[in-house]
Amino acid sequence: MDFGPHLMLASIEGAVISAILVLTAMGLSIVFGVMRVVNVAHGEFFMLGAVFAWAVSTLIGGHAGFGFVAALLIVPVLVGCIAAGVDQLILKRIDYDVDRTIVATIGVLYIVQQSTLMLYGPEARPVAPPFNTRLALPWFEFGADGFQMIWPWGLSVTTYKLFVIIAAISVLGMLWFVLTRTKIGLIMRATQQDREMAQAFGVPVNRVYSWVFGLGAGLAALGAVLVVPIQQAHYLMGGDPLLLAFIVVIIGGLGSLPGTVIAAVLIGMSDGIISVFFSPTLAKIIATFLVAMVLVFRPQGLMGRVAA
Amino acid sequence: MTKTSKISRRSTLLGLGAGASALAAGGVLPGSLGFAQAQSSAPIKIGFQKHATGIGAAYGRWYDVATNAAAARINEMGGINGRPVEIITEDDATDPGRGAEVLEKFANQHEVDVAFGTLFSHVVIGSAPRAGELKLPYFVVSEGHHVASGMLNRYTLQPGITDVKSQVISMAPFVADNLGKKVTMIYPDFAFGHDHRDFFSQAIEAQGGEVVAKIAIPPTETTFTRYFPSIPRETEVIYHVMVGPAVLTFVKEMGEFFGPSRPEIFGFIDSLEAVDIQSPGLEFLEGTYFWEGMPRYKQANESEAASAYRAAVGVNDSGAAIDDPANVATYAHMFGCWETMHIIKAGMEAADYQGPADRSKLIEAVEAMTDMPESIEHPQGEKVFNGKTHQTFGKQYISKVGDGRLDVVHTASIEDGLYEDEVDYTTQSF
Repeated sequence: MDFGPHLMLASIEGAVISAILVLTAMGLSIVFGVMRVVNVAHGEFFMLGAVFAWAVSTLIGGHAGFGFVAALLIVPVLVGCIAAGVDQLILKRIDYDVDRTIVATIGVLYIVQQSTLMLYGPEARPVAPPFNTRLALPWFEFGADGFQMIWPWGLSVTTYKLFVIIAAISVLGMLWFVLTRTKIGLIMRATQQDREMAQAFGVPVNRVYSWVFGLGAGLAALGAVLVVPIQQAHYLMGGDPLLLAFIVVIIGGLGSLPGTVIAAVLIGMSDGIISVFFSPTLAKIIATFLVAMVLVFRPQGLMGRVAA
Repeated sequence: MTKTSKISRRSTLLGLGAGASALAAGGVLPGSLGFAQAQSSAPIKIGFQKHATGIGAAYGRWYDVATNAAAARINEMGGINGRPVEIITEDDATDPGRGAEVLEKFANQHEVDVAFGTLFSHVVIGSAPRAGELKLPYFVVSEGHHVASGMLNRYTLQPGITDVKSQVISMAPFVADNLGKKVTMIYPDFAFGHDHRDFFSQAIEAQGGEVVAKIAIPPTETTFTRYFPSIPRETEVIYHVMVGPAVLTFVKEMGEFFGPSRPEIFGFIDSLEAVDIQSPGLEFLEGTYFWEGMPRYKQANESEAASAYRAAVGVNDSGAAIDDPANVATYAHMFGCWETMHIIKAGMEAADYQGPADRSKLIEAVEAMTDMPESIEHPQGEKVFNGKTHQTFGKQYISKVGDGRLDVVHTASIEDGLYEDEVDYTTQSF
């Protein structure tokens, strides 16, 4: 494949990866920002989103579109409720202690993963995309006959992949609106800045924590519902998103939302482009190397603030 | 702790005591009751190393079905040497380190007579040296070439399924004659994939073709579009063999990449074992070819033995579980467990196997086997076992996808897949 079309294909792949990654990492980042909880089970909420999406679309049947829309509406809420339950049952009882929440969420990781294996089984199950037309993409070049449009072999995208990118951008927009322009967002930000002061002003901090933990898991689940027509639902699929989300959040700055978006696009695009031109292993090496460099030279992340 | 626990020392001791007496009564503890049973009627224990979790879990579940169906049939017929067969299952997590531990558990804790049933080549390679040290016969159902290559030891045998080298050699003539001579290979980046790469490259060159690109994919990869631009434009045939949970994504994305202008595609069904061929996104596979160890869809000429086997493992005419049509079997591989179980039975009977002291006699008895005619014990078809290389050779099938099902278009004979011996395990001491 020529360089130009090749780069275009790589960029599209990178954009899809970024879109999913930004939702997953955003969930992780919000939970850390507000609650100071490092949620190691985040990837499993992602996996649950995919598995429930399969369950919902199978239950509903009929045209793929109905099942998909139903999954898009129901699944993030359902996973959010499960996460809120985890918060009430476990995290609250260990007082959100930093070390103990890490161990506790590792436990949750295994409980969720192995229960899924027992109840859902080991196979990867597909969800039909609501629409999926292959669009061949043109490329322009100056040939012997002057400027011309060609259709390179293999250069294509599907309508569904474009939809994923647009959907992720709109969800981000909504999230930004909620966080900065609504009372819910105000309460969340108040809790983030000073938990005790917020409580003194009548903010029900414990309930906010449950909501935030649910929201974080719901965002991961939403990313999974979007990705499951591209990949399949499988009980081990939570590992990679967790690792990538941590990479993004560390580079962007834990708790910083703009930093998370920038880092997600950076990591997603570089993963897409480097892995197309060189090798996917090299892309992972570079991403983890970046994390190390950020931790050494700018421990608070690109956009993070130094802890007071 | 503020509350006192409900488990007190006294109740724990009581419970332990009750448990111990229950065990003694059941004849588990050595004691007066333990000897009451004559040794010859104690069950033959077969340790089944199962990929219950990890990337091999879908295979593990169906290997389990075939193994237990074979054990049930053997027990119905009166067991082995008049003793019932008991399957002892341990999960190896599809992990080589864990696999070796499982063998130790089999030998020391369960005291099994033989170990059996491993598929994934890295687990076999990780476990086999331990089997040799423990002097535990290890019957693998892995298709890997590592048994016949001489890499393993005298205790490791593969009598129930043909190895990759033989499969691949027998496919090359069909690919070169019918599909094209310029081949791009896409395979997983571990021992099993490397077997495909090495042996198919040689085999296709022997047919006057060439491999124009070799694309290795890490086994845990989840997206694949990024690999496809490395496929050279001159490619006439794509040869793909992928394993693991992301196989469906792989095939789907390949379809989206090529669109209407795809080259010929030949794959190993490993890419779609346990996956419904009618899954959304797989439409583009219409007209492509697959190797199958055993035809998943019931063929018009299916032998009586093959049909009886299909019924015994509870699989319908489309290769899915009778009670759950969404549960597609790993039909091209799982026959290996059924056949290996029957070979263990035949070997133990030939060796008049009584207990672990007769393990080397059992291996010699299996090594002495040669022709295995098609029968209910060998439903996949006749086989020739090579006692020197510990490897069996059988017929192979090439099926074409049409109308959302697979139908056999070519059957490669045993002779098509034979190659020179690379080892003589019988010269090794026990």
